[in-house]
Amino acid sequence: MEVAKVVNATRVFKIGQMETHALRGVELSIQSGEFTALVGPSGSGKTTLLQLIGLLDQPTTGSVSINGKEATRLTRNQRADLRRGAIGFIFQFFALIPTLTAYENVEMPLLLNGMKPAERKIRVNEMMAAVGLMDRAHHRPDQLSGGQQQRVAVARALSINPSLVLADEPTANLDTENGKQVMDIMQKLNKETGVTFVFATHDPRVISYAKRVVTLEDGLIVKDAR
Amino acid sequence: MTQLFKMAFRDLGRNKRRTLLSALAVSVGMSLLLLMASVVAGEMRGALQNTIQLQSGHLQIRSVNYDENKISLKWDDLIANPQGVIAQVKALPQVTDATPRLIASGIVSRGENSRGVQLIGIDPSAPANQVFRAGLLEGAFIAADDREGIMIGKPLAQKFDLKVGDTVSLLVNKSEGDVDEQLVIVRGIYTTNTTSYDESTVFMPLAKAQVFTGAGDHATIIFILLQDRELADVVAAAIQSSNLQTVTWRGMNKMVVQFEDFAGAYMVVLYLIVLGITATVVTNTLVMAVFERTREIGILSAIGMKGGRIMAQFLVEGALIATGGIIGGLILGGMLSMYFAKYGFYVGDMGLTGMLMGDQIYAYLTLNDAIYLTVTAYVVTLIASLYPATLAARMEPVEALHG
Repeated sequence: MEVAKVVNATRVFKIGQMETHALRGVELSIQSGEFTALVGPSGSGKTTLLQLIGLLDQPTTGSVSINGKEATRLTRNQRADLRRGAIGFIFQFFALIPTLTAYENVEMPLLLNGMKPAERKIRVNEMMAAVGLMDRAHHRPDQLSGGQQQRVAVARALSINPSLVLADEPTANLDTENGKQVMDIMQKLNKETGVTFVFATHDPRVISYAKRVVTLEDGLIVKDAR
Repeated sequence: MTQLFKMAFRDLGRNKRRTLLSALAVSVGMSLLLLMASVVAGEMRGALQNTIQLQSGHLQIRSVNYDENKISLKWDDLIANPQGVIAQVKALPQVTDATPRLIASGIVSRGENSRGVQLIGIDPSAPANQVFRAGLLEGAFIAADDREGIMIGKPLAQKFDLKVGDTVSLLVNKSEGDVDEQLVIVRGIYTTNTTSYDESTVFMPLAKAQVFTGAGDHATIIFILLQDRELADVVAAAIQSSNLQTVTWRGMNKMVVQFEDFAGAYMVVLYLIVLGITATVVTNTLVMAVFERTREIGILSAIGMKGGRIMAQFLVEGALIATGGIIGGLILGGMLSMYFAKYGFYVGDMGLTGMLMGDQIYAYLTLNDAIYLTVTAYVVTLIASLYPATLAARMEPVEALHG
């Protein structure tokens, strides 16, 4: 089943009179259960492509579909609805809400989805256990290490049972040991739950986890290796 | 909803000093407005009470020909046999007292000094005149059969350097249109704490005033006090006579009523100015919070939080600042109002004509004012939160994530 589809997508950023072509006509299809790495040098368009797939941004031309639903013409709130039900995000920086505990951060997407409190509690505990942080559940982000914060972010991304998890340089700010831990957890969850992962990286150790490697250069896909 | 408040509360706690300063701005604005509202209400209440007690009463009965601007003593302009009318009026259950007064214009002079005054002939034993007896500072209150004595106010006594027992010359206009002058003795010096009234009003027993002015057994007005001023229209309707007119306190104190309306409108403008300033502080605080939390707004948006929910987040923060500020303002403003309600503050003679304002203003905080201000402060603060809330809600997630 096709989870995400990008058709002839371009993305042009205008800064004053200058135009920057971040994507120049990208075609990509992501199937359910894939563990895909988007690789390429800085400025190749990895993050921009990830943002288009995640409906955080819209292509200048072309289209993006999620679970067969064309998302290019959706309003901001409709895109938010689609993200809330289908897409989990893991960012390069440890993107947790600092005023919420680890538990509450993981709970937030479930709250937004209107899940009942009892079900929410079970689901959050499951996810905290899955990333090995049950004992840190009630700590605030500033009381957790970088690796622990990123594991909370993984738990949050997966809490809603998304069809797609997008990770932008998930290990860039982690040391080798913590980076390995995060990637191991992501790989394990991919195998156990079948959730689709797409992550942007240029770290060779992270690339080695991928079952499919899509290489971008100057806004174009130049290689797609499985 | 719980989560919304929990997050808002914690977000405000991140920068406690800034949050406290914003709430303090609301508190200070609110307390000052409460104090001002209570002072204006106290001033209006005092002026009306004063004017009713000293000058107008709740009702006055006058001859249909009477013109209060002329202070005429012609018999046609006066009430003949006031005691008969008074007996009828006193029979009404709502009436606490009805007493005749004869009002004449005159001049008090001593040596080089002279001053125009209003001479009022009163029944010294009438309960309605107790207010003057209560204000006696020196000497004795005039007796009904006193043929030489007068009561003068403290400012007049000071101006003429008069003491109890001193003699002054009193010249009055008479019914026939001519004037008469007599030497009278200061029996007592009074104060009503209303300088403009005290320096221009001289009392004399009614019987002596009638003889002095040639008014016979006539009175200028019948001064009536009721159990409740709101009964004035009902009682006025019950007093019907072809040659007499009945005027209510509202009709006689149009200036005070108009001044009260004007003060009300003026206060609304003042509320909006002061609350507008405090609202700017709240807006500034929340705009700073939006910019500091841009990336978090991006994260929340990325995980599916809609613009409306993000907007609600900042509106709740504004509401929490308003709640803290308003509670603080109510406490501080309430305490200030209570202090000035008890001790008042001296304003002296404000020199207003048409209303008798006391020299001392006592604050009077009404529940209406407190509720009105609370609601207005809430609404204004929430309106002030709208701009930062909209700013946050309209952020594109991809831009917000870049901080």
